Order: sequence, then C-alpha cells, then structure tokens
Amino acid sequence: MSDHEYTPKSKFGKWFNDRLPLLTLANHLTDYPTPKNLNYWWTFGGILTFCLITQIVTGLVLAMHYIAHADMAFDSVEHIMRDVNYGWLIRYIHANGASMFFLAVYIHIFRSLFYGSYKAPREIIWIIGIIIYLLMMAAAFMGYVLPWGQMSFWGATVITNLFSAIPLVGEGIVTWLWGGYSVDNPTLTRFFTLHYLIPFLILGLVVLHIWALHIPGNNNPVGIDIKKPSKDTVPFHPYIVIKDGFALLMFMIVFAFFVFYTPNILGHADNYIEADPLVTPAHIVPEWYLLPFYAILRSVPDKLLGVVAMLSAIFILAALPWLDTSKIRSAVFRPLYRQFYWILVADVLILGYVGAMPAEGLYLLVARIATAYYFLHFLVILPVLGFKERTLPLPLSITEPVLGGSPNLAAAKKKVSLNS
Amino acid sequence: MKNFFRILFLISLLIGFQYNSNAAEKVEYLKTDWSFKGLFGKFDRAALQRGYQVYTEVCSSCHSMKYLSYRNLAEKGGPEFSEEQAKAIAASFEVKDGPNADGDMFTRPGKLSDKFVMPYENKKAAQAANGGAYPPDMSVLVKARGGGVDYIYSLLQGYEDPPPGVTLDDGVYYNKYMYGNKIKMANQLSDGLVEYSDGTNATVEQMSKDVTTFLMWAAEPHLESRHQMGFKAIVYLIILTILVYFSMKKIWSRIKTEV
Repeated sequence: MSDHEYTPKSKFGKWFNDRLPLLTLANHLTDYPTPKNLNYWWTFGGILTFCLITQIVTGLVLAMHYIAHADMAFDSVEHIMRDVNYGWLIRYIHANGASMFFLAVYIHIFRSLFYGSYKAPREIIWIIGIIIYLLMMAAAFMGYVLPWGQMSFWGATVITNLFSAIPLVGEGIVTWLWGGYSVDNPTLTRFFTLHYLIPFLILGLVVLHIWALHIPGNNNPVGIDIKKPSKDTVPFHPYIVIKDGFALLMFMIVFAFFVFYTPNILGHADNYIEADPLVTPAHIVPEWYLLPFYAILRSVPDKLLGVVAMLSAIFILAALPWLDTSKIRSAVFRPLYRQFYWILVADVLILGYVGAMPAEGLYLLVARIATAYYFLHFLVILPVLGFKERTLPLPLSITEPVLGGSPNLAAAKKKVSLNS
Repeated sequence: MKNFFRILFLISLLIGFQYNSNAAEKVEYLKTDWSFKGLFGKFDRAALQRGYQVYTEVCSSCHSMKYLSYRNLAEKGGPEFSEEQAKAIAASFEVKDGPNADGDMFTRPGKLSDKFVMPYENKKAAQAANGGAYPPDMSVLVKARGGGVDYIYSLLQGYEDPPPGVTLDDGVYYNKYMYGNKIKMANQLSDGLVEYSDGTNATVEQMSKDVTTFLMWAAEPHLESRHQMGFKAIVYLIILTILVYFSMKKIWSRIKTEV
C-alpha cells in the first residue's frame, strides 16, 4: 500500500476529508499500485463485481413483480415474461447471470490455484473468497427454487433432505428447514427471503475481500513479492481500469449471446413445468455449476458420508494455504505442480460431466475415481510436492533479471499466462 | 488475447456438457426449417395464424393455454391479427364473469383482455375426461420439453402401430418420439382436418409445423424483439470493445510492457 499522505486541494475537501476520509479512500483506489505484468486471468475480479451488481439490480426489479407463494410463483414468473415491460430481458439476464457469475468465479478460483494467490500473506483474502463462494452456491440454489417449477421443487426436496443424514436430529432439522412436513409454501417464502438477503452479505464480504487484498497488494504471474510502488507497478487508474474494462466487455459479449440467443440452454426444460409434489421428474439434476459436488455426493454409497464428502470437498479449499507446503507461489516455476494442476482441472470437469449423468455403471465408477483423485490432490499430492519438487530459480523482480541475467527470465516473461 | 480463446473453449466445453446431459435419451427428431431460429429469426406470420387455427379447432378442446390473452393475438411479433379480427375471435368464446350486482355469475362474449378460455373447469375435470391423463397446459409447452419445437413437431407425426411384442392398454397409443413410446393422446391430425382460409394444403406435416410455430410464439411471445435487440446489443458491444481495445493500447504504450 502506498503510504504517502494525501491532502485534498480544496478547503471544503480538506474539511470533509478530516471528518470522513472518503477522498483519501478514492485516492487510494485510483493510485493503488498494481503489478504491471497482470494478465487477463486477473480481470475476473472486476468481472465478478459486475456480475454481483447485475444480479442485485435485476433481482430487485424481479422482486417487484414476483409473488412468493406456492400457488402464484409460477404464474408470476410467466407474468414477468409476458406482461412486464422488458420483463423477459430482466429475467433472462438474471437467470443467465447466475451461470455467468459461476463461470467467472471458477476461472477466478482456478487462477488463484495456478498462481498460488492463496499463499502467505493472502490467506485471509482466500478464506473470505471461499465463504463468498459458499454463499453464492446457497443463493443460486435458493434462486433456482423460486420459479416453482418441477426442478425447483424436486431440487429443493433433494438438497434439503441431505440434512436428514445428520444422526439423531436430522429429521427434525429437515422439518425445521421446510417449515412443515414437505417442501411447500413456507419453504418457498423463506427461500425467497434468504435469496434476497444473501447477495447483500456477499456484497459486504466482497468489500472485505478487496480490503484484505489491498493490504499486501496483488499477487502476479511471476508470484514474487514486489516493491510497491516501483517500476514494477502501475497505478490502478487508468491502466488496470481500462484493461479490466476491455476484458469485461469481451465477457459481456458472451453474456449477451446467452441472454438474447440461447436464454434457456443452461436451464432445465422441466423447470417450465409447474411444481407438482405428486410427479417426480425422471432425472433430478442441479444446475451445471453444482454438478461436480453433486457427483462427489453420489459417489459415496452412504448418505451421511456422501454429504460429509461433498462438504469436505468445499471446505478443504479453505485449508489450502496450509496444505500446499511449497514456498513458491506461481506454477510457472513449479514444473511438477503445473502438471498436477491441469490434471485437477480435468478431474473437476470430469466430475461435472458424470454429475449430469445417471449414477450407475461406468459413470459411477468414473465419479468414484475422480472423487478419490480430488481429495488425493489436496491431501497428499500438494503437501508432498512442496518438499519433493525441484522448482526453477525465481527472478529478482518482474523487470530485472537475477544478478544481471537469469536463464528463466525469458521463460518467465513468456510464461506469465496459463498457456505455458 | 489468445487467453480469451481458451475461455471460449472452456465455455463451449461447459455447454457441451449441458447438451449431453439434456440429450441423455435422445432420438433423432424430424427436421424442418424454423423461420424463428438464427440471429434474425422471425415468426412466419401466416404460419402463426394457421397454427392458431389448428390450436383452436383441434388442440384447445383438451389443452388449455392459460397464460395467453386474446389481445396477444393482435400484438406485434405474434400472429398479428387485426384488432377487429382479434375482437371477433374473443367474442366467439363464452366467458364466465361475475358476480354481478345481484351476486350471480353470468356468461358474456369474450373481450380482448380475457385470458384464453379453458376447456375444463379444473385439473380434476380434465383428468376425468381424459382417462386420468392431464392434457398439459400449452402456454410454455415448447420450453418444457427437452427437444423443444423439434420434439413437438415430431411427436405430432410420430404415431405408429406398436412393434410386435408391445401391448397397449385401452386409451394408450404408440408414438415413436414419446418418452417411453406410450402416450395417452390419440393421433389428432389427419390430412385435410382443418380448412385453411389462405388455401394452404392442410397436410399433417403442414399442420404440425404451423401449430408448433404457434406454440413457440405462445411460449416466447417476445422472441422477435429479443432477437432484434440482441443483434443491436452485440454489435454495440463489439464496437465499444474495439474502441476500448485501442484506448487500452494507447494508454499502455506509456509503459514498456505488453497488454
């Protein structure tokens, strides 16, 4: 962080800033020294902020027209789609926005994994990020219930029933969650309330996430500590602002394509059938972004252990800064880790794929192997790798080679992206 | 820049997964050209009007369409009947209204603001009249079936004699495209069943296509404005992206590094 004192020029500005240092904050945000070698994988923080704001704004408008009642929810969604001015646009942005949000968050998370952004001194940023991710999943799940279609209803039934796996109190907890003896109107109204609340909790955590980021400053593709400010850094404005803006626009083009041309492709057709407690859909499938965890859940034959495995798969990420024993952050200088990283990416994609398939035969076998590998990666490979791996020598700074000429500098400069 | 191709690749992978998951039990549907597909897709006005005729003369005796109003028939982007035509259509239906000042319910001719009249009083009545099977509401039917328009189009033409070894109960029919092949709706369409006022030959294929087009509009009444706005939005975004790209290059040229 830049520690130079900032004084507003105008007299009023000074008077105001002495009482509430908003101008100091604004100055800090514009001058914030950022490593100049950040690549496009670093633009997803800004993109995610955009996603959150988009979801909140469109969600507010939807909430003005939506009716959280088991008999009227489905009708009110159709009312939004047909009779509310541009209601179809708002709803399709909101529905596809959730998918875009997760797409961006997965890229953001995997960027951290590749460049070791979770390591000291950035553990708190990482843990706040994991909490945000958990809340996102909760918000997305509850949001999917609100249209009160078949997949809403049965998804809610399956997920809430997971709590019944808890010994002794499980059944009681499920009844308490439902507000009755099945998923019904009380469940819908409380899901709506929570779905409205959670985004604002996320917003608060995002502020903390960014605050925590601004203490040590950004990690960078080379992964070394850099002096700030120095010739290795650029002020956030205009350099990073314009670059983030460019990346955001690219992202918005993809987003717009989904909204305008394939608005329902990421959803499930069954959710256009009104919820019917007496008819179970042939396959109950969660949204694509939850599929890897769904696969882990189903790969364990025991219900309780399945739930434990699924939750562990998420919480294990919070322990990552301590599970990864390597002192080197960036995978650019960790030839072995780099390979395991890509295997993990493939593993998660495979889990997502089998999560969408019926849990039987070959699919189940693949799901089990992929689940086992997922845990193996975090619990065995990462801790051992830190001791065994021969890492490449690090450059002294982003711009200056080690002692006037490192053989890796050229490589580092070229390999600052995931394309290595 | 090339990183973005990687992102696009990832996205296409994800979509691929979704496609696969939806297509778990896929049969090859009959293909036809839909005028409403593609970047500039629009509904075929005449097909929508013919489709409405098929719906109202054939389907509507069992299938409701509860989210549509008669005024929709005259709205832009739909069948675009003239207001007089839509009023006449509405007036041809008896609508239950009330209670009046005496507290009695009464019937009156339909108005533009009325919802499509339902064939049955309630779901139970619909089931009772159809051997226990509920004829689904058709308002969003196209979006509620995995195969969408292709599925509906095929299903209407998919009636066949059951293959040897398949026995059907009373009131159950064999359809090539139905999930599980057993359907409780009898074959409804036969050549020349309706008489199109525009002189189009009412073959089963033609009627299937027309009514499916009508159902697509019913499920997505704003499809045309969505496509039009989408094209404008994306062109706008692309131009803005190019401008921002060059501004970015200019700004970063002050620094000796690559963007």
